[in-house]
Amino acid sequence: MPAFTPPPLPSDDKRWKIVNGTMRKNGFARHALIEALHTVQSSFGYLDDDSIRFVARSLRVPLSQAYGVVTFYHYFSLKPPGQHTLTVCAGTACYIKGADKLLAEAERKLAVAQGQTTPDGKVSLMTARCVGACSRAPVVLCDGEVSGEMSHQQLLAQLERWTVE
Amino acid sequence: MNLDELELIAKSVRQENAVYDYELNVCMDLACASQGAEKLREALIAEADASGKKVLVRRTGCMGPCSSGPLLRVDPDETLYRHVRETHAQAIVNSLGGQPVAELQCDLNEHFDKQVRVVLENAGYIDPEKIDDYISRDGYKALLGALTEMTPQGVIHRITESGLRGRGGGGYPTGLKWSTVAKAGGDVKYVVCNGDEGDPGAFMDRSVMEGDPHRVLEGMAIAAYGVGASKGFIYVRAEYPVAVSRLTTAIREARRRGLLGSGIGGTTFNFDIEIRLGAGAFVCGEETALIASIEGLRGTPTPRPPYPAVSGLWGRPTLINNVETYANVAPIIRNGGKWFFNMGSERSKGTKVFALTGRITNTGLIEVPLGIKLHEIIDDIGGGVPGGHTLKAVQTGGPSGGCIPAHMLGLGVSYDALMAAGSIMGSGGMIVMDDTSCMVNVARYFIEFCMTESCGKCIPCRAGTAQMHTLLTRICQGTGTMEDLDLLIDLCDTVKNTSLCGLGQTAPNPVLSTLKYFHDEYIEHIVHKRCPAGVCNIQAPVEVLA
Repeated sequence: MPAFTPPPLPSDDKRWKIVNGTMRKNGFARHALIEALHTVQSSFGYLDDDSIRFVARSLRVPLSQAYGVVTFYHYFSLKPPGQHTLTVCAGTACYIKGADKLLAEAERKLAVAQGQTTPDGKVSLMTARCVGACSRAPVVLCDGEVSGEMSHQQLLAQLERWTVE
Repeated sequence: MNLDELELIAKSVRQENAVYDYELNVCMDLACASQGAEKLREALIAEADASGKKVLVRRTGCMGPCSSGPLLRVDPDETLYRHVRETHAQAIVNSLGGQPVAELQCDLNEHFDKQVRVVLENAGYIDPEKIDDYISRDGYKALLGALTEMTPQGVIHRITESGLRGRGGGGYPTGLKWSTVAKAGGDVKYVVCNGDEGDPGAFMDRSVMEGDPHRVLEGMAIAAYGVGASKGFIYVRAEYPVAVSRLTTAIREARRRGLLGSGIGGTTFNFDIEIRLGAGAFVCGEETALIASIEGLRGTPTPRPPYPAVSGLWGRPTLINNVETYANVAPIIRNGGKWFFNMGSERSKGTKVFALTGRITNTGLIEVPLGIKLHEIIDDIGGGVPGGHTLKAVQTGGPSGGCIPAHMLGLGVSYDALMAAGSIMGSGGMIVMDDTSCMVNVARYFIEFCMTESCGKCIPCRAGTAQMHTLLTRICQGTGTMEDLDLLIDLCDTVKNTSLCGLGQTAPNPVLSTLKYFHDEYIEHIVHKRCPAGVCNIQAPVEVLA
């Protein structure tokens, strides 16, 4: 059987080299699929068709299987994130302390549903299953930074800052 | 690296630390870090330098009482300060050698008195990024001792003798699991650490991985020696980036010290560990789904048997334990099985870490001997329910568990007692609810969780949880009927008994336990169209004109 040659990088964007590096480190083994997708998402912010195709070909995984994995795991996103991301923790402790009302408030303010980005591309509104900061519930993440004991006023003020930026 | 060299490192760390008159330990766990602990640490370093005093400022893992954070402990006096801000740095450094800063001091004696620290013994005392700190507190002694003085059978015997049971929630006897993997044939075996802490409301595994990562590595290495494996995987949630980074550092440091890799401790034992990232799927906490995920596949479970102990990762015998289970291994090897066996209750030995959260004064991480009464946890350690509210229920076991009502707080916390009460031990989430929580709404919350997290492979779980969610939503909205309630009970039975994996089999638990103890709340919603806690948004019934 002829030796396997991985496909060429999709473009000369340096980030592809990082993705390729992850796959090479794992010997282009099929089990590196999730690792490779993580690298794509951390480098590009999301997974688009080109990147899924590239990873699938490089690892010799059927495209259907790669797409199946991408859509199975909540962490992977097929849409580009907004400039800023507000993540409302939906864990039990946060829920008990009114995270659902915070989320509703954010949805109202941004006029988008959870999982979506405002039409101007400024803010993505996400939920997380639990970020593990339960002792400071309710918790939201502003661009990944944990803010605990969040009040409606604080939340609105943060969104205000982002939308007028 | 051998035991003598280990002792030399420990000695040199102690000598280095002896140079300092004071140690300022700053808790840098998520809760404290999110309130400016890093700035505090920097300010303390600057103030200490300026003062000319001999002060060591150390970052540590979680100290426990997160609601009092940011926390700072001054040693050797063991003065604990709470809500410390960077602006307090000067006053604290100035106070060294004199009277402590009274307004920041916190009295949490009652909080700590009933706790016994085994898993968390190093939390608050070591810098998680420094392997030598861990070594100075008897770290890796158990591993090297086991490799040179014990047989693999001896290691398993000691774990069996300790009575340790799986801390991920199932409570399966750890020694038995290890010996099954040890007896399984084949020369390639794997050791896997389940760090996919999926229970929303539990964070002790995160805290252990972030605050004392070497403890997990050491536990895994000892397990690998016991069962005859040479390769390990830690499966961590991608939502825990700090844990991933700490573990990565720890693995690198351990390799450099020769405590991972080939020929560990000058013996012929080889063992190395790789990290695998989860990607946000609760079902991956189930062992067969976790294995599929490590193999790069969708995390769907497969029927057991075969159990992973016989045929797991890539078809090889695989030992899977939870983070906290591994964290108990080194102390058991060090102190003996009997030492551990003597703690806890009759059939639940040792200690358990709980994430105490919700409507309680002292939220945070606690470690208690099993068998402790629930009211001791809530009142003595937790400081009771704040704001003049009354306690309604304590939720354990997350989406797989149930709610224990206030009148059962005399219950001793053990695997069997919680199970008998309709809940489970679970991984250690303990969420306190007061009269502002609606139990029907809580049941709906958990079923919604299970519905979205169901992998979709088996029908009872996929369709059943969705139907249960519809029924519960109807009840919460005030449009449910008594027939809906009967249907709900019927569905609980079907989903519980016919689902493929633990997710589906336990999904009805939150509903069943609230039905058992808070049946009247369901009736209020259905018959009287009102939510006693005022949580559910029930519209006034529309008069239908005949």
